[in-house]
Amino acid sequence: MSHTEAQGTAVRYVSVGKLESFPTRVGRAVKVGEQEIAIFRTTDNAVFALNNVNPHRKGGPLSEGIVSGHSLYDPLYDTKIDLATGAVQAPDTGQAITYPAVIENDEILVGLPA
Amino acid sequence: MTAPKEKLVLIGNGMAGINTIEHILKLAKSRFDIIVFGSEPYPNYNRIMLSYVLEGSKTIDDIILNNWSWYEENGIKLHTGTAVTRIDTKERIVYAENGISQPYDKLIIATGSNPIVLPVPGKEKEGVIGFRDIGDCSAMIHASKNYGRAAVIGGGLLGLEAAKGLVNLGMKATVIHLMPDLMERQLDPTASAMLKAELERQGIEFKMEAQTAELLGSDRVEGVRFKDGSELEADIVVMAVGIRPNTALAAEAGLQVNRGIVVDDYMQTSEPDVYAVGECNEHRGIAYGLVAPLFEQGQILAKHLAGAETQPYEGSVLSTKLKISGVDVFSAGRFMDSPELKVLRKQDEWKNVYKKLLLEDGKVVGGVLFGDVTDSAVVQQWIKNGVTLNEELYAEFMGVSGGSEKSPLDRVAAMSDDEIVCGCNGVSKGRILEVIKNDGLTTVDEIKSCTGAGRSCGGCIPTVSNLLQLALGDSYAGAGAKTGICGCTTLSRDEIVAAIREKRLTTTREIMHVLEWNQTEGCSKCRPALNYFLNMVWPKEHEDEKDSRFVNERLNANIQKDGTYTVIPRMYGGVTTPQELQRIADVAVKYDLPMVKVTGGQRIDLIGVKKEDLPDVWKELDMPSGYGYAKALRTVKTCVGSLYCRFGTQDSIGMGITLEKMFERLDMPAKLKMAVNGCPRNCAESCTKDIGFVGNDGGWEIYVGGNGGIKPRIADLLCKVKTDDELIEITAAYVQLYRETANYLERTSDWIERLGLDWVKASVLDDIENRNGLTARIYEALEGVKDPWKRVVEDKVERESYYGNTTLVTN
Repeated sequence: MSHTEAQGTAVRYVSVGKLESFPTRVGRAVKVGEQEIAIFRTTDNAVFALNNVNPHRKGGPLSEGIVSGHSLYDPLYDTKIDLATGAVQAPDTGQAITYPAVIENDEILVGLPA
Repeated sequence: MTAPKEKLVLIGNGMAGINTIEHILKLAKSRFDIIVFGSEPYPNYNRIMLSYVLEGSKTIDDIILNNWSWYEENGIKLHTGTAVTRIDTKERIVYAENGISQPYDKLIIATGSNPIVLPVPGKEKEGVIGFRDIGDCSAMIHASKNYGRAAVIGGGLLGLEAAKGLVNLGMKATVIHLMPDLMERQLDPTASAMLKAELERQGIEFKMEAQTAELLGSDRVEGVRFKDGSELEADIVVMAVGIRPNTALAAEAGLQVNRGIVVDDYMQTSEPDVYAVGECNEHRGIAYGLVAPLFEQGQILAKHLAGAETQPYEGSVLSTKLKISGVDVFSAGRFMDSPELKVLRKQDEWKNVYKKLLLEDGKVVGGVLFGDVTDSAVVQQWIKNGVTLNEELYAEFMGVSGGSEKSPLDRVAAMSDDEIVCGCNGVSKGRILEVIKNDGLTTVDEIKSCTGAGRSCGGCIPTVSNLLQLALGDSYAGAGAKTGICGCTTLSRDEIVAAIREKRLTTTREIMHVLEWNQTEGCSKCRPALNYFLNMVWPKEHEDEKDSRFVNERLNANIQKDGTYTVIPRMYGGVTTPQELQRIADVAVKYDLPMVKVTGGQRIDLIGVKKEDLPDVWKELDMPSGYGYAKALRTVKTCVGSLYCRFGTQDSIGMGITLEKMFERLDMPAKLKMAVNGCPRNCAESCTKDIGFVGNDGGWEIYVGGNGGIKPRIADLLCKVKTDDELIEITAAYVQLYRETANYLERTSDWIERLGLDWVKASVLDDIENRNGLTARIYEALEGVKDPWKRVVEDKVERESYYGNTTLVTN
């Protein structure tokens, strides 16, 4: 597990695994301590990390949604969520929590609050 | 025995060459063995759209015109990444790198053009890029990630498109132009100034009337020095000063070459059986650098090679459109004021619109449009036909009020039949009306795939749409309202399935690309539907795309609102055993499941299973998947029947088990439920099932289209049969008919309402040949099905990727 110093804010980067173990367009949930993070690898090999909690009032996971480009269709209520910002797209509303994610040496690193 | 085929060799795997081949395939498919050499490592792509790739609105995959399988399906041997090094016209052989030698009977040279590299010191430095192919595009995209400042040399079409792309990629881009006006070879100073102002607003900077003297830097370029001694810092330099026909190969082979490879009106070079098409050639002294002429040339060359009658090529009217989002510029023919020309012009600085028409002896010889290019097709047509301006046309062009302004519909109605609508692919109004009338086409996309109109630049799509409205009237009036299967497309289910079959589309990605989805990777509505259509059309060939499945079908269990899953094992015909019940109980206890429930379909539901436990639960249950989560056969409900029931006349349990085992696991448009009853008391409730059977002394009654769910519907009697075999055969044909014709997610009850019971009867009962085809196809599809739970239990990779539970220890 690697810890990288992030610039400015108190964020620590945590490796959530090898890039190859994340199939494209299929989300995976990873537990970090008590928290569950949904990791998405998109077709263009970008990676995104969201708190695996559906912003819909009934909750539930996000990691099982259908991934299209940089958008996610949530698996339970079919709202469309921007993976980069976590914003739920109109006509629905809401906001998922996102974390910075990067690929370094074929590993996916997610920046979590320190 | 047929005569041996002639060998047709094409050098150059780009738009001009492949367009010619496409026409040849249409005209004389079996005449040639076709061999293609391309120096780029890609199949044929739309070079015009590179600007969009750079701009970021399309990906490389989006602009592929002919994918690998197109070559394969048409029996074309393709050598990519292989440059031809020599042509021997005496021996009729071409030689390529890596030692390939290829004899030919007919040879087409379509080597296109190369970017002109300014002969200035430093031109070979790292970071100096052309803008011509995918490689250049990738280099710019890559550079934008590491560097901030770009200089683009050349204020023409390509240079401006490159600069806009680089600005979109987050770079600061400066266009360096030798002349005082941008695009001075297509625009007059007024349009040019409006263009410059608009592009400055969009973030591009300009250095006009600047001549590049030297590129600065050590190994890597660091800046540009101009002739007047001033300098500009730059991390990359894009050379976009023009293109030059790529003639080296032809010249070496002894072909006559001026600026381009010299060709006659049938694209023949100075050597017999050697042709040149597209940007590499020179026809009547002109080397064209735009797409429309090369399509026109390709069409004529194809006809010539296929031995069809054709008009000679007599040159093209040049027109230009800038491909920058939000900047509409068009120019055709003459564009500069001149004493011998009369000029009409209209400049509106409020709406930022500029229109100009140039006349010579009253005839239209040129036009420039800025800000609003809706008239571009009309102007081009006027120039091509040398139309004399009259009051009516004047009013049309200048938009003069007074009630005489024409609606777009009047305008297309007034077009003559031979008027060209799509200049890129040479499609006339008459041709479009013909396919609307004769082939029953009703959408722009159908016309696009049938005629090619709108396929290249897309500028004529509004006109095509108007023609549809003209021809179809109110039935197209829904044009705006015509809804596709989802927001990503305007195509209907039937149009999509037809395209999958006709174009042999084999992946969802390919469908979305070829049929021009407006969202590159589709949405949660179309992706599962397309995956189903592909599985249905190509049961053997299509590899199921898990990422296009809903979560339930991807994980083979039903997701619940808290993210846990339910598991329903198969109990054929609703029959179980003490051993199975024992295992179910053991699993429920071991995994601490909060609820065990009997379902409405005569089986047992284990509720609250964690995702990571699913494979183990399945393994320990050791029962097949009940598909309670799938668009597939769910349950076959049965009554006790003749085995035990005193009223039973048929073995309903036996028949239920047979049917369930036969049709389980096969993908359907929606879930499918069956019921089998041993007598007319109908205890298993056939009337609300997709297909239900009622036994009697002499055989079975088959009921179809019942539904007990969201929109209840009582089933219709399809027919009566005497034997079990007949029952199975008709069921198979009926289910396959549903699979092949229903909308995705459409239950049989809605499907029958939509298509009619009579049609179903005719398809399944009356037309025996059709019935046999249906049953043959469903049996073929059924051969490939496997139990998904077993597969996951055995497949470590799938298990880990889809059900894996990663917990990181933190400190």
